[in-house]
Amino acid sequence: MTERFVTRGFVGRRTQEGPGATRDRIPPGQYQTRDFPVLSAGPTPRTPLDRWSFTIEGLVRQPVTWTWSELMALPNREWVVDISCVTKWTKLDMRWRGVSLDTLLENVELDQNAAFVIAYSDGGYTTNLPLGDVLNGQAFVAWEYDGKPLAPEHGGPARLVVPGRYFWKSAKWVRGLRIQDQDQSGFWESLGYHNRGDQWLEERYSGD
Amino acid sequence: MVNPISWRLATVNGIRDETSSVRSLTLGLPGWPGHRPGQHIDLRLTAEDGYSVERSYSIASEPERDGEIDITVERIPDGEVSPFLDEVVVVGDRLEVRGPIGGYFVWEAALGGPLFLVAGGSGIVPLMAMIRHRHRAGATVPTRLLFSSRYAEEIIYRAELDAFAAAGDGFEVIHTLTRSRPPGWTGYDRRIDDRMLAEVLEPLGVTARTYICGPTALVEVAANALVRLGLPPDRVRTERFGPTGT
Repeated sequence: MTERFVTRGFVGRRTQEGPGATRDRIPPGQYQTRDFPVLSAGPTPRTPLDRWSFTIEGLVRQPVTWTWSELMALPNREWVVDISCVTKWTKLDMRWRGVSLDTLLENVELDQNAAFVIAYSDGGYTTNLPLGDVLNGQAFVAWEYDGKPLAPEHGGPARLVVPGRYFWKSAKWVRGLRIQDQDQSGFWESLGYHNRGDQWLEERYSGD
Repeated sequence: MVNPISWRLATVNGIRDETSSVRSLTLGLPGWPGHRPGQHIDLRLTAEDGYSVERSYSIASEPERDGEIDITVERIPDGEVSPFLDEVVVVGDRLEVRGPIGGYFVWEAALGGPLFLVAGGSGIVPLMAMIRHRHRAGATVPTRLLFSSRYAEEIIYRAELDAFAAAGDGFEVIHTLTRSRPPGWTGYDRRIDDRMLAEVLEPLGVTARTYICGPTALVEVAANALVRLGLPPDRVRTERFGPTGT
């Protein structure tokens, strides 16, 4: 139905109200939370840092792999971003430290047909993004949240963060990016969730 | 392109109190396409002025029910939606829903077992859909439910779970209470820990298909412990709710 049905007796608490600047930062269908909820499909994987690495592979002239200490040595910065999860919560001003995907991709020469990124993680999780959704400061690999090492249940030691998409695109426990010419559905994208996941267009599920 | 999961109107056909703070709503949904046990729906409430909120609720009922589903809602005192569902909604009201949604945290009898279910509080809800489905489908796969509640009075679906366990078809329920130990209580009386999980899992073995749903702390403890006990991580499926699942 296109017209919304008015629910008898529902008034709401209007948590989204308050300063206009804040209200305007809550995407449709979302509510603001001050907690940092945890959602994941399986057990939390744990890879010791001395065996951890991050790789960019696929349609690149030469794949590149960083150890943990090499990744830490890359130019990095603080990011303060708003995050929206498809399960309806939005958390404002989340403070991370990490390296931009622009910086990481400077270290490879992309094939001219490169068009999509598949992020892959410990535990087998994957998610897909068009290259255009992660360039120009739109995505980073984070290892600190709120001034502390990123906790395992939140995706530590490192997770992808793509603030402009629902949070399932921000792959926890990320270990690499595979560059492809063809798109390929990731874990949730294969299970009925939207391929792109733009929270401002409310692209929650396939067909939205 | 898959068909959109469009919003539709459900009619509240029944309301049943499960505990003092948990109630089930039966939603009539003519033409409901059916669901897989463990899936959820989205619910949308809209005020007169257009203000609108959405929440997700696990489906509690088995897919064999025709044209209706149950959801079970725990009242969160400072929540925005659950107090409305608890206090305001009456039989005959209509609510906007869409679904079914989610395709990973699901179990169907055809998947087989053995089946190990671990629940904390209202985390029982998606697991109850699996248990009810198992019963309705006549499945006999060995199944054990480890269910953590705070107090005996807060055990959701207690009588129905006892009835399923008494059917002698391979379903067992093992309770633990974390805040009390009533006189005559024979179950566990502590938070779920490694030793408890090892004891309850033992008869099923480390090939059990495992589904864990509850608060984050419980899910983390249980999933990590079960992997240490030898369950392959891909046999362990989790669903969590944080303190904001209102």
